[in-house]
Amino acid sequence: MKIIVLVKEVPDTYGERKLDLETGLADRAASEAVLDEISERALEVALAYADSHDDAEVVVMSMAAESAAATIRKGLAMGAASAVHITDPGLAAADLGLTARTLAVAIRRTGFDLVITGNLSTDGSGGVVPAMLAELLEVPNATALSSVEIAAGSVSGTRNADGATMRVSARLPAVISITEALPDARFPNFKGIMAAKKKPFETLSAADLGIEPHDLSVAVSIMTAIAEKPPRAAGVKITDEGDGGTRIAEFLIENRLA
Amino acid sequence: MTDYPADSILVLLETTPNGELATSAAGLLGAASRIGTPVALAVIAPSQAQALAEQAAATGAERVLVFETNSTQAELTIPHVDALAAAAAVVVPHAVLISNSIDGRDIAGRFAARTSAPIAVDAIGVSRDDEGIVAHHSVYGGAYNVDSAATFGPLVVTVRQGAIDARAEARPVALESLEVPASGAASAAIESVEAVTETSSRPELRGATRVVSGGRGLGSAEKFALVEDLADALGAAVGASRAAVDAGYIPANHQVGQTGVSVSPQLYIALGISGAIQHRTGMQTAKNIVAVNKDPDAPIFEVADFGVVGDVFTVVPQLISALAERKR
Ligand SMILES: Cc1cc2nc3c(=O)[nH]c(=O)nc-3n(C[C@H](O)[C@H](O)[C@H](O)COP(=O)(O)OP(=O)(O)OC[C@H]3O[C@@H](n4cnc5c(N)ncnc54)[C@H](O)[C@@H]3O)c2cc1C
Repeated sequence: MKIIVLVKEVPDTYGERKLDLETGLADRAASEAVLDEISERALEVALAYADSHDDAEVVVMSMAAESAAATIRKGLAMGAASAVHITDPGLAAADLGLTARTLAVAIRRTGFDLVITGNLSTDGSGGVVPAMLAELLEVPNATALSSVEIAAGSVSGTRNADGATMRVSARLPAVISITEALPDARFPNFKGIMAAKKKPFETLSAADLGIEPHDLSVAVSIMTAIAEKPPRAAGVKITDEGDGGTRIAEFLIENRLA
Repeated sequence: MTDYPADSILVLLETTPNGELATSAAGLLGAASRIGTPVALAVIAPSQAQALAEQAAATGAERVLVFETNSTQAELTIPHVDALAAAAAVVVPHAVLISNSIDGRDIAGRFAARTSAPIAVDAIGVSRDDEGIVAHHSVYGGAYNVDSAATFGPLVVTVRQGAIDARAEARPVALESLEVPASGAASAAIESVEAVTETSSRPELRGATRVVSGGRGLGSAEKFALVEDLADALGAAVGASRAAVDAGYIPANHQVGQTGVSVSPQLYIALGISGAIQHRTGMQTAKNIVAVNKDPDAPIFEVADFGVVGDVFTVVPQLISALAERKR
């Protein structure tokens, strides 16, 4: 069973996140970069399966800036067997379509029974890549799973969709995405960090994958404008002296909010 | 009727588990009506098609294409994508608008990949300029406004639920049944539906004009009822922090924030919520923010228009009675 977990480096949500007003890309200098929490949970799903199945091989894969290598290596320290890092200056401003096409080629090249991703990244919040990959890889998609059971030839789980909670299943190979209802990930321990240094770490360019990032015959989505909004200012703060509730009621009435 | 207006905007209608038009449809059709002619697509059980088409027309669909099928009860995503591909082939739209819901994102992603169309996600609005359709986004918790567009061809747009206020005028019913060749793409199977999300008399969180949210400070699921009592006194939707969801005070679909719902109401009241940056990301574009927290240094006060340092269990009951007093 070969499981590819797609991981993403994102600006730490605990810090201030900025966009470069020239390029519209994340300003990497403005905040610390971390492995997205949902990526860690996705990896945990794979590692928990591998803990009890000797035939399981877990690969972490990421398309990211060159500087993300250390973040991807954290996945190896947590327990993945190998890593694939797709990095290319030509892919820096990739839209969702190019991202999915590139990842799909890399996933096919690596080979897979199951691809696990987070349902939504904390920076892009797109949430469409898993389904795009499933389409390009010609396999089923089972997304937004809040519980996952992996079996020899299939994967199933609970899906919290918009109107209803349902049980879904798919034959392997398949692409699944998981939600933050799944458990927190394990921490890398010292042994894991040392072992990570010796694990296979493959770095691929767009050309290695036969991808032409600036193919003008393919329609892409481009950023046409960007503006920063002024931060919100704090208003009035009072300490409750027995009339706090009444004071809020007055505020609401004055502002026609009640 | 195979001629479609040159400025057609294809809208995928969402339906509720019992075949009614979902609330997201009004915003999608409203948005479409501002940039072209709304042509709606419904994927629906045969017995429900006529009623749904009538609801869609009343909500502003110029034409309603209907793919009558029961397959959506057993197969995830694929029936909708096949229908959308068939509809786009005949309508040749300038844009395809889909709800940015869990199902909507899957359908949009597969459709965009299948047709090699560019995709814009989580738009809070759409417009049209000389060069075509533009999608408007609010990113990093409303800190930036970003516009995006396709280099050419139709743009697939997922639209944030509750973000669009525009509404289209009612149209006469024009139902057309759509031939959908099956793609044969492998789909995940829906084995059973465990629970249909409760429909309460309270407003839906997404798009609500007033939201009352509670955090870990409420202390237990029983005591979280205080949040619901205030929400009911104000006719507000109920929200929560992730800590409140994790503690089991309330289901996850009420979570506001980074990995929950983003809201932009007229009024947001945060009770017993510290105001972690990931929570603020989902609510700081509210017009008015009121916070009650017993910690004077809680970061929620940095964005509150009116903050009370105090205990929610004394302040909120007083607030509820003051509001009741006023009603009498
Ligand atoms: C990747 C990522 C994504 C996340 N996404 C989200 C998200 O979408 N939404 C979200 O909310 N969080 C999110 N978080 C979690 C976030 O960091 C915080 O942990 C969470 O918001 C805290 O919730 P809280 O304010 O209810 O709890 P706490 O931080 O524990 O705050 C409880 C507050 O209640 C106050 N309090 C206690 N008792 C009383 C009382 N009797 N009266 C008045 N006040 C009282 C305390 O002073 C305290 O300020 C995310 C975190 C990460 C890493």
